Amino acid sequence: MSFELELKKGNFLMSECDHCKKIVWPPSEWCNQCLCKNSWRKCNGKGKIIEFSKKETTYFCVAEIENSIKIIGEIISGTPKIGQNVVISDCGICDDNYFFKMKMLD
Amino acid sequence: MSRVGIAGFGQTKFSEDDSKIESVLLKTTKNLLDSTSNLSQKDIDAVLVSTNNNSKYLSAILSEMTSIQPKISHSIESLCNSGTNAIVAAYSYIVSGLAEVVLISGAERYDSPGQILEWDNLRGEFKHPIFWASIFSKSYKRKYSISDEDLALVSVKNHKQSIHNPFAISQKAVSIDDVLNSKKLTEDLRLLECSRPCTGGASILLASENSCNTFTDNPVWITGIGQKTTSASFTKIPSFDTMESTRQAAHSAFQMSKQKPTDIDVMEIHDAFAVCEPMALDSMGFSTSGKGIELVKEAYFSENYKISPRGGLIGSGHPLGATGIAQTIEITQQLQSQAEKRQVDNAKVGLVHNMSAASTSSTVLVLEK
Repeated sequence: MSFELELKKGNFLMSECDHCKKIVWPPSEWCNQCLCKNSWRKCNGKGKIIEFSKKETTYFCVAEIENSIKIIGEIISGTPKIGQNVVISDCGICDDNYFFKMKMLD
Repeated sequence: MSRVGIAGFGQTKFSEDDSKIESVLLKTTKNLLDSTSNLSQKDIDAVLVSTNNNSKYLSAILSEMTSIQPKISHSIESLCNSGTNAIVAAYSYIVSGLAEVVLISGAERYDSPGQILEWDNLRGEFKHPIFWASIFSKSYKRKYSISDEDLALVSVKNHKQSIHNPFAISQKAVSIDDVLNSKKLTEDLRLLECSRPCTGGASILLASENSCNTFTDNPVWITGIGQKTTSASFTKIPSFDTMESTRQAAHSAFQMSKQKPTDIDVMEIHDAFAVCEPMALDSMGFSTSGKGIELVKEAYFSENYKISPRGGLIGSGHPLGATGIAQTIEITQQLQSQAEKRQVDNAKVGLVHNMSAASTSSTVLVLEK
């Protein structure tokens, strides 16, 4: 199972070290701390907005997912605010680029 | 430890020219060779090329085109701070005794592949630098109650200063209204707040203390070097309103040179985007957090060219591999009292700040005469 193969199917995975239990990000087969083997696990996709801006009519944000990893994604509806809870509603690879779409919770 | 000095330099005008990278490298190197007294090709022990261009073997090609047969020749790429990385590598070759005289030539084309870090997929569809710059701007403005007008002044100042830089792409003053009314790229970033990718070259000659006086009677010495890389991914930087790698690099450079921020008479700041200038000033200790913009205002309204006299990246243009070298040339000219209309009075100690990819990596140099 690789991160990109699953991402293409719309599944967002995280890599976690079998030895030191650290979440390794960007996703990798090997822990960036102890260099032991990582396992892949499904992420719940829940996070909160750390920062955001807007291009034309599209809001984009840096979101911290599962209190550990940060990604940039599009906010698909509503007006964001700092600390707002979000969930990854769609993700994948399009034209060789990852994409992450998030919707607001609460 | 023997000192390393700057013994010569050359540049091309930064432009939108569709020139081959080899041609830009040749032109800037020729300008250095033509303007450096007593220098012949056989004096050069190493040739380093700083670029993000995909062409291969450029240092050997440049050496062949200029009839140099160096002991050491290779390219150096580190996105936007390739230039100062090459200078630090040259410094190390000289201090180690592997070389006495090193030529460093940086060049880039307007369509450089170094503008976007394709590897950083965690930015999703938002890989272009305007998106990290927007996040920085939003964060810095909110945390320190900085207005759009305040940030626009960085661009106004640097466009004004670049008018006196004959190598700058911009020779036109802009007003705060011009900046605020320029194309809105995002809610937090306007076109005139951005540096422009362009075609350009810059070359510098480093020499050991023993050799330096052969080529110049007005050498400038590299007395402090600091470098730090905290990550490659934008989303792994710890804060969007400060530059941690810059803070650590400056600390090292000040420590090595035994200088401190108040000793710096003139500096070149890596203003890839307007917000980067006050952030860098804060991070290097020239201002307390959030007060960098006050230094920008003070410099602008007192017509003091102390901050980025050549017009910074916003005014001069940003040919990635040449930028750090052009910044170092500017500080050299300032310390040699040869910066003409850009000259800062009585400049004795100068600083260069050059960084990459949303400040995930920074170089800071301290120069003295």
